[in-house]
Amino acid sequence: MSATYILSVEKRDLQSALRNFFSSILKLDDIASILVPMHLAANNSVKPVLVSDPGRLESADPLAPAFPINSAKIVSSLTRKPVGRKIAAVLRPCEIRAFVELIKLKQASADEIIIISVDCLGAYSNIDYKRFVSDKKENSTAVFVEMMLSGEKGADEETRLSAACRACEHSIPEKADIRIGIIGVNINEQLLIQALTPAGEEICKSLGLPSGQEPQGRQETVNPIVARRKAFRDEMFDKTDNATDSIGKLTEYFADCVNCYNCRVACPVCYCRECVFTTDVFNHEPCQYMQWAERKGAVKMPTDTLFYHLTRLAHMSTACVGCGQCSNACPNEIPVMELFRTVAYKTQKAFEYEAGRSSDEPPPLSVFREKEFGEVVGIAE
Amino acid sequence: MDDFEPTIIAFVCNWCTYTAADLAGTSRLSYPKNIRLIRVMCTGMVDPQYIIKAFLEGADAVLVSGCHPGDCHYINGNYKARRRVKLLKEILPKFGIDDKRLRLTWIGASDGIMFSEIMRDLVRQIKKIGPNEAKLQMVI
Repeated sequence: MSATYILSVEKRDLQSALRNFFSSILKLDDIASILVPMHLAANNSVKPVLVSDPGRLESADPLAPAFPINSAKIVSSLTRKPVGRKIAAVLRPCEIRAFVELIKLKQASADEIIIISVDCLGAYSNIDYKRFVSDKKENSTAVFVEMMLSGEKGADEETRLSAACRACEHSIPEKADIRIGIIGVNINEQLLIQALTPAGEEICKSLGLPSGQEPQGRQETVNPIVARRKAFRDEMFDKTDNATDSIGKLTEYFADCVNCYNCRVACPVCYCRECVFTTDVFNHEPCQYMQWAERKGAVKMPTDTLFYHLTRLAHMSTACVGCGQCSNACPNEIPVMELFRTVAYKTQKAFEYEAGRSSDEPPPLSVFREKEFGEVVGIAE
Repeated sequence: MDDFEPTIIAFVCNWCTYTAADLAGTSRLSYPKNIRLIRVMCTGMVDPQYIIKAFLEGADAVLVSGCHPGDCHYINGNYKARRRVKLLKEILPKFGIDDKRLRLTWIGASDGIMFSEIMRDLVRQIKKIGPNEAKLQMVI
């Protein structure tokens, strides 16, 4: 289902229009608070902020090209128990997809949340974002949005986005309650508001938004973006395959890894409450290290690096949404996302699954059928 | 290569394949010493990380073997194991670990003869594939 409405933009000020929209949602009786990316005074940082006073939304900025954290985990901590009041959350498409995975893992709930999502223009890596804001200073977001939506110049700027965003084919949010369309829309005058669920529609109705039509040509604007992303993605898959096609090469790929486990902490779908790699199981006896060294002649310290990454691939690649926070969190610039997306694409395909696509499809490793995968059984040559 | 003796780690379930191995023993059947049996209560408890660990430590092959479909002592552990093996067969070959090094079989408690035959066949096949690359390298 999808009902379409129009939100008018005054004085060509897209950001004010969005803030006013969020503020009017927050003023509704049954919405207690809204989680929205906001500029923090300090250091130009953008972080999700839970706002309950509509007057505090003046620095809300869901379009800032900053993506320091995948909010799915935050929304999970806000919804894992019922509180009797609804919240709204402004999420990127990959955050919604990760949230859908967490719902299926019973670590989050969609019962008391209204998800709002703006067409995603992507984001820079943490480091590049800092550089970008310090260059642009005032209204850096407006500059970014204008650049990204201006055809060729946008395609050019896209090459500076994080690799995860460049390889992402989900610019248009699918699983939101309310979608705010800006791609292929004349954003100087109006925004496209689409209610994708009954809950979303109820909100749009109580806001009294005028109904409208999806602008002609929106799909034609989206298509080349998706095509470009898919081309980049496939090239990335090939490159990564070639760089990791033996254990030796994989060791090289992770040569700079220092076992800090930041990628795991940043990962929205790494779902274990306690990771086995930080338990006593991996607090090896001193003599164990000696044994390894003696058996192989030499052993890299810290140990268990490949073991960690391969285990993580086995545990969460079917839930990987490709948000790229693993790469963002890596202190040594290892292209973690590239490898995880490459493997995830394959494992999800094997189970005809796509992470975040639907809350009705059970995670592949949580179910089984009596007759399936006969080809993996037996020792025929 | 002729004197290559592979190391094969076999995760066998208590109720079927381990019992079959026991039967093979009491029937005085032999099987190659290359197989290192690890008895687990059910193949459904074999976490992918056990298998990954075995390969990284230099196992030339890993066998997971449990009850025939429908016979699982815990009703459905073997079906779960099958999905996990499927998953690893998607992941490991990407990193040069031959798909044939990871095997899954169903060997029932009364299949002592089949147990020794399968073990012999497996060792023969792995000898043909050669040693696991990880064994020769400094990977942990």
